[in-house]
Amino acid sequence: MNRFDYVRADTVADAIKALGTDPSARFIAGGTNLVDLMKYNVEKPGRLIDITRLPLKNIEEHEGGLRIGALVSNADLAYDASIQSRYPLLASAILAGASAQLRNAASTGGNLNQRTRCYYFYDEGTPCNKREPGSGCPAIGGVNRIHAILGASGACIATNPSDMCVALAALEATVQVSGPEGNRAIAFADYHRLPGDDPAKDNTLKPGEIVVSVDLPATDYGPHHTYLKLRDRLSYAFALVSVAAALELDGQTIKTARLALGGVAHKPWRNQEAEALLQGKPATRESFKAAADLILREAKPQSENGFKIELARRAIVRGLEQAAAGTPQSQSDKRIQ
Amino acid sequence: MLSESGSAGADVKIGITLTINGERRELQVAPWTTLLDLLRERLDLTGTKKGCDHGQCGACTVLVDGTRINSCLALAVMKDGAEITTVEGLAGLAHRQGANTLHPIQEAFVEHDAFQCGYCTPGQLCSSVGLMNEGHAKTRDEIREAMSGNLCRCGAYTNIVDAIEEVMHQGAAR
Repeated sequence: MNRFDYVRADTVADAIKALGTDPSARFIAGGTNLVDLMKYNVEKPGRLIDITRLPLKNIEEHEGGLRIGALVSNADLAYDASIQSRYPLLASAILAGASAQLRNAASTGGNLNQRTRCYYFYDEGTPCNKREPGSGCPAIGGVNRIHAILGASGACIATNPSDMCVALAALEATVQVSGPEGNRAIAFADYHRLPGDDPAKDNTLKPGEIVVSVDLPATDYGPHHTYLKLRDRLSYAFALVSVAAALELDGQTIKTARLALGGVAHKPWRNQEAEALLQGKPATRESFKAAADLILREAKPQSENGFKIELARRAIVRGLEQAAAGTPQSQSDKRIQ
Repeated sequence: MLSESGSAGADVKIGITLTINGERRELQVAPWTTLLDLLRERLDLTGTKKGCDHGQCGACTVLVDGTRINSCLALAVMKDGAEITTVEGLAGLAHRQGANTLHPIQEAFVEHDAFQCGYCTPGQLCSSVGLMNEGHAKTRDEIREAMSGNLCRCGAYTNIVDAIEEVMHQGAAR
């Protein structure tokens, strides 16, 4: 770990000021991703700004939905009574990820900003366009089992590892940020980027900005949701493919469908054409297969991850069936019904 | 706002207060020192183990204000003011006085043969206490899932779950 300055901020304004114009300064809250990356010399901040004292720790009513402070821990968020009753999809997705120890420490804002787990990104001995722009992407043609099948580029095929973000994408959350130029709201679909020619940037935060809250709109899917996560182990592993599905039903007809995929792209993957296709259709396997085929039409396999395409196709269908039946996947009973 | 800037690289220490296993300690700590390294290297509390040093194995699990975390990913300076419990402090947590006394979870681990080499065990014990403090896991499936952050290469898992189940039911019976 490199040597760094350590400062503590008591207000959001202090925190933004402490960041100043130092491109190597970083905020630290739970530290579960940042300290890990620092130990690998992937992140080498010259200054760490401890933001754990900022007043961003509440979950509050907001415009019919909920406003989640950026410092609410992943555990507190998942077990919050209002979240469990009104946004069980979010609770389920969070509990599918990491371990209890990590969820206790990790913050909402930190989870939003966590970096890819691509092996080459983590290895300072190998090239990586995300870590060192212009150096190359050895994952392409290399060991790429866990990498993207959608939205990738010739510069980067990394995936976003967050489970929480897949649920937030399906729930159409809004990220509230504060910076030197004031406050702004970022629609969740616009928060994370595709790699394009510039994979160094994971998200659309401007220099100096800090996430202050994540806002959930009023929704009511009732029991018609699921977070289905498929991985090499039953627990404590990142998704190969995951599906967050939420349905508003009118009898057996779909009124609204929201679907996001994890483990397959540089950001949680939504396809609004597929969601529109499901609207007004019967909640049957045939409808779900059509939606899955539409989403995966543009999927491109790498040398070692082609299995993800069929896996995703079936996971989408199974996830939508679970949501339609009102039998969301349990994150402790691992059987997939 | 606390500002400790010398140039990065200067021999900077930050004064913090930690209550460790009931004992208040005032310490001067470099900001890059993890809680795990502070406990083991500086304070000779070598019960807590370094397994992976990257938050992936759980051997470093301790309780901070009653909440279980991976101490390898915690910077000690960020825990200023906290109450830390390590495996050495579990008996004290259960108000067992005197030397060589055990927390009920430790007794249950012995009873149920819940360890072989013992390397993961301090982390398993602190994690178990943290799990019970959280109060969410009730069934065997839930206990297993809630303990998934603690790896055991000797494979003592089923006995660990047995031990936790027993202590949880003891607690409920009281």
